[in-house]
Amino acid sequence: MTSLSSDSLSARTASASLAASAPAMVIDDVVKRFGRGTEVVTAVDHVSFNVAQGEFVSVIGPSGCGKSTLFNIIGGLLGDYEGNVLIGDERISAPHPEVGMVFQEESTFPWRNVIDNVAFPLELQGVAKSERMDRAHHFIDMVGLANFEKNYPSQLSGGMKQRVSIARTLVSQPKILLMDEPFAALDEQTRLLLGDKITQIQQQLNQTTLLITHNLTEAVQLSDRIVVMTYRPGKVKRIVDIKLARPRTSDVVGSDAFGHYVAEIWNDLREEASRGMADSESAASRRGAHG
Amino acid sequence: MAKAGAIPFTTRWMPEMFGIGTLVVAILIFELLVQSGVVNRFIIPPPSDVFLAFERVVMEEDILGRVRETAFEMTVAGVAVVIVGIPIGALLYRYSIWRRALEDWIGALAAAPIVLAFPLFLVLFGRSSTTIIVMAFFHGLAPIILKTVEGLTATRKVLINVGRSLNMTSSQMFWKILFPSALPVIFTGIRLSWTFCLITVVGVEFLINLGGLGQLINDLAERYDLPGTYASICFVIFVSVLFFVILERIESWLQPAR
Repeated sequence: MTSLSSDSLSARTASASLAASAPAMVIDDVVKRFGRGTEVVTAVDHVSFNVAQGEFVSVIGPSGCGKSTLFNIIGGLLGDYEGNVLIGDERISAPHPEVGMVFQEESTFPWRNVIDNVAFPLELQGVAKSERMDRAHHFIDMVGLANFEKNYPSQLSGGMKQRVSIARTLVSQPKILLMDEPFAALDEQTRLLLGDKITQIQQQLNQTTLLITHNLTEAVQLSDRIVVMTYRPGKVKRIVDIKLARPRTSDVVGSDAFGHYVAEIWNDLREEASRGMADSESAASRRGAHG
Repeated sequence: MAKAGAIPFTTRWMPEMFGIGTLVVAILIFELLVQSGVVNRFIIPPPSDVFLAFERVVMEEDILGRVRETAFEMTVAGVAVVIVGIPIGALLYRYSIWRRALEDWIGALAAAPIVLAFPLFLVLFGRSSTTIIVMAFFHGLAPIILKTVEGLTATRKVLINVGRSLNMTSSQMFWKILFPSALPVIFTGIRLSWTFCLITVVGVEFLINLGGLGQLINDLAERYDLPGTYASICFVIFVSVLFFVILERIESWLQPAR
């Protein structure tokens, strides 16, 4: 296990050597500003890191650190930014067919049953019905919803709906799976169990995955590397290698090593989260004073 | 013993039985109030007289022909508002400048008593079914336009982002995400529009003394045949129920998840 006391430079060096083998995605000096003139807010500030083929990377940071902005940039939903997000030699400026996105909010189509939800991307690609049903069945099995193919989202729990969304994203076999806090609305137990499912799928498919999250345990449970972001403007504070054994299950959360990683990353995050909280409080008191 | 998985009889039919029971109780209360003189029988006839008048209305007043005529006018106006109203709503959603320019006017159209403009329509279209259909169409158009705009605007942003992430074209985005998402609200608009249409159809038939059930209600009221008048009104309710049952079926077919 990599020493947790290693400084950010050594963590970056180790990460760089892993990522250098075959980067599936390069995030290079990305900057995103909103607003004009004196009202400009820098949401993402010179962010750089690579994601290697088959690697699971999490981006963690407090609310307001630009995680979701970064998600939208990588997903191609925010095309106007400085720097580069590269897949191969291609710069992302619009949604890329090799990037599959799973959103934080529940995003199943309520008018379609599970199998039709999952087969939706294949329907858009014009895949023949029998083939798309076969492929949808395969991914529904993979996320553990084999007996729910004909159910509608209104008949499923929150965790099951998120699994439908994940299967719908995986069915078009994206090179990179990009997830924005997909378990944010779920309870802790469901979150841990879904984490198991994601780990299992990721290992089975050797799926390159980038997870945006503010949940420490989730990040450590799932990731090979964690990119820790600063509070506004969002910069990379540190990149941490997670050398927990794979295959990994939620049992790992009880281990000493897991606890050490969580504590170590929390030390970095605490300062950022405190800045975020102080910022929110002063904004609230300003609103109160004006009110 | 009920089969496993079958819905128990009382659970399946309880709402219907309760609805019918409430109606029967209301009718009985009216009967008692009229028979006891609390309600003037020259304003509201006893329900038993109305019930007895059904046979006379059916046999002597060509009720089936009149129901057919009112239903025909209602069908043409009802289908026309759907065919015209939904695309207008979609255009207003698509072009926000049109929406901002026209939404209030369309809202005002919904509230306008178009029935009172019947002399103008008579001049334009003559004393014919066309006048009734055109007036019903104009009266029913606004709700469906407004509800289409509302439904499309209310589509959750995350669903649109799913579509964007899948590189969907504008046309795919509309037909596969926006429209199905808006459908429940659009159906509310259709219900409102059809209610407006039926009110206008029967109202204008009554006013210009032409055609179906509205004219019959006018005739019977002129003859001061109150039981016959109320029996005819029951047939208007029947037409209304018929259209709403059809709409319900279409909605269940289009939205099986509902």
